[in-house]
Amino acid sequence: MSKKPTTKKTAARKPTARTKKPKVDSWKRADGRAFDELRTLKIESGVLPNADGSAYIEMGRNKILAGVFGPREMHPKHNAKPNEAVLRCRYHMAPFSVDPRRSPAPSRRDQEISMVMRSALEPAVFLERYPRASIDVYIEVLEADGGTRCASINAAAVALVDAGIPMKDLVAACAVGKIEDKLIVDLGDYEDKKGQSDMPVAYMPKLGKVTLLQMDGDLSTEEAGKALELAIEGCKKVYEVQREALKKKYGIDQPQDKPQELPPAEPESEEEPQREES
Amino acid sequence: MSANFQDRDLVLPGDVLFEGRIRTGENTYRNQEQVYATHLGLVNYRPDNVSVTALSTGYMPLVGDQVIGVVVDMDLGEWRIDIGGQELAVMGIPDAVDRPFRTDYNMTRILDIGDTLVAKIVDLDRRRTPVLSILGPGLGKVYEGFMVRITPSKIPRLIGKKGSMINMVIKETGCRVAIGQNGRILVSGPNREREELVVKVIDKIEREAHTSGLTNRTQEFLRQLKERKQ
Repeated sequence: MSKKPTTKKTAARKPTARTKKPKVDSWKRADGRAFDELRTLKIESGVLPNADGSAYIEMGRNKILAGVFGPREMHPKHNAKPNEAVLRCRYHMAPFSVDPRRSPAPSRRDQEISMVMRSALEPAVFLERYPRASIDVYIEVLEADGGTRCASINAAAVALVDAGIPMKDLVAACAVGKIEDKLIVDLGDYEDKKGQSDMPVAYMPKLGKVTLLQMDGDLSTEEAGKALELAIEGCKKVYEVQREALKKKYGIDQPQDKPQELPPAEPESEEEPQREES
Repeated sequence: MSANFQDRDLVLPGDVLFEGRIRTGENTYRNQEQVYATHLGLVNYRPDNVSVTALSTGYMPLVGDQVIGVVVDMDLGEWRIDIGGQELAVMGIPDAVDRPFRTDYNMTRILDIGDTLVAKIVDLDRRRTPVLSILGPGLGKVYEGFMVRITPSKIPRLIGKKGSMINMVIKETGCRVAIGQNGRILVSGPNREREELVVKVIDKIEREAHTSGLTNRTQEFLRQLKERKQ
């Protein structure tokens, strides 16, 4: 419904030659986003009390939990490396995360994404500091809406920092794709399925290094270059949210001279005088 | 030669802390002329080095540390103890019994699987596995109390300068507190209420570890809590 008036407007403006560029800019996607607009992104760190580090991400309608354990002893021991730690990732989609229900057994796709995530995160972690140990990253997709591998990498990077594992940089990930011959950033489920191409990219923003680059579908050489630039821009936006999430958990929000507040115990102090009165 | 942050600013892994020639301190790494942070923490600029006080770390065992662990496995003549490091610590019979070594000790009588103990790291062997001992004052099997966990990097703050913080807490509450450098703290006191008081204080110290004047504020906080109880 909302799409029709906009197309009418652009059609009305079309005769003048100089309006050609604004027309491209005002093109909206199926969910009303601009071509370079990310979905709503929310990250929270330290959500699992029993994990060494954890994070929860909502990227559009994706809802994903990440938990990090370690560095801890590797079991089985023969998988340990004598010179460095082993990063192990497990990507898993909950049976109720997609419609129709999905088998909870790890699938081929789960294995691939686990591997891809591991190689995307490995360059950022100082594995050589923990010989013979393992660092385990568990990803549980609670709700899937396209681009879960990127969202999982984003959550895992925050969880790794939360776990206090030495890192060279954070890893932010974002996908770029093509639909109706136009490049778009951060594909949703619809665009993933109907689009012509999908290219997930993971990027270390402070070091300026790409750690993951996959591609599905077709992109010309020129488009691929442009897509990578767009993806990196997207990753930088994601990085800001990751930063905020970590700062929020560890942030110095209370000034030093502020008197300490005691909210949990306050009802008690109110109750006591009441008892005396009655 | 320039610092990119203010002293004691919150930094994240990958942040460039310093550009130029300077020594790299804790939780930092160098790439050519730039010094980066490896942990989330507070940056410290000193005249000759840059370091980061991490707000979340794992435990790195060091010789001389007092640690609190749980026996998780037993072998011939040794116990394996989880101290929260990257691998299990070991303790042999001579480090557990202050008597001449005999081969017919019933090991489970001394320590069984599931037992908690306060121990000291006496050595790191050639694979850097911590070797523990429970011979010494304040060390040994734990029979009562409960355990609190905080990030190991905040333990020095809980102890305070020459133990000022923890001694104050012990004096105010009358509880016995054993601190492990691995981030585990054992609290046992005359009653549950007193013990909970200590737990509340430890929570507060963990939350506000990076602020200054914490000992005095903690003391006031404790007194307020106590007044409320009465």
